[in-house]
Amino acid sequence: MMGMSKIVKTIASIAFPLSMIYGLYVIAHGHLTPGGGFQGGAIVASACAMILVAFGSVWTMGKIKEKHLSVLESLGALGFIGLAFFGLIYGINIFFNNFLVNQNVIPIFNEIGKGLANINTAGVLPLMNFAVGLKVIAGLFAIVLVMAYATRLSEGK
Amino acid sequence: MSLRNIAAVVFFTIIAIFLIVGALLTHPFGYPENADMDQYIIDNTQSETGADNGVTSVVFDYRGFDTLGEATVLFTAVAGVIMLFRRLNK
Repeated sequence: MMGMSKIVKTIASIAFPLSMIYGLYVIAHGHLTPGGGFQGGAIVASACAMILVAFGSVWTMGKIKEKHLSVLESLGALGFIGLAFFGLIYGINIFFNNFLVNQNVIPIFNEIGKGLANINTAGVLPLMNFAVGLKVIAGLFAIVLVMAYATRLSEGK
Repeated sequence: MSLRNIAAVVFFTIIAIFLIVGALLTHPFGYPENADMDQYIIDNTQSETGADNGVTSVVFDYRGFDTLGEATVLFTAVAGVIMLFRRLNK
């Protein structure tokens, strides 16, 4: 798939950082506002798909390969399940134990959020949101990128 | 009327009766039968998990296994698509 016209490329370049910031905001504030890792990851993956449509799959594949996206996705999965396994070590020793809240492992994260809460509340929930967000971003963008790069064969390129 | 049409009418009537009776027998909207757990979560989600968003605390803490399954489904889908298009993208 080749790139589109210069107008589309310019508008996509302007709109890309704004939607990226919005998606990362939804991921980072997943434990405070509606949203979370899955939703924010879908927003960021949509922004990356917009760049893919505007600039073409050959150009995008020159920037990032799907191997690197696979590594990022595996890192997200390992972080998520690793945080779940840390609950076996600290605290009351159960799987998916929220070991940073009410147990004073790391004092800065040991804060209860009520009302307009800070971002360092909720223990492992923001970290799990980051892991799931990384996983969703890399996974969805890898799917779109691989499928778009395969269509260049039918166009005789 | 052939035998096939008669069988279709009979089956349609039976299924329609089952659906109408089932729709009339449902309990009223907003009052689920098993409501023991949700009041506990509403009362204790801020003091136990520290999260301001109750939905996130349910998704990532109380029902963490469910999210683990969702993440596994996504991982399997991505692995399958990349494996399917591997030859084309050489």
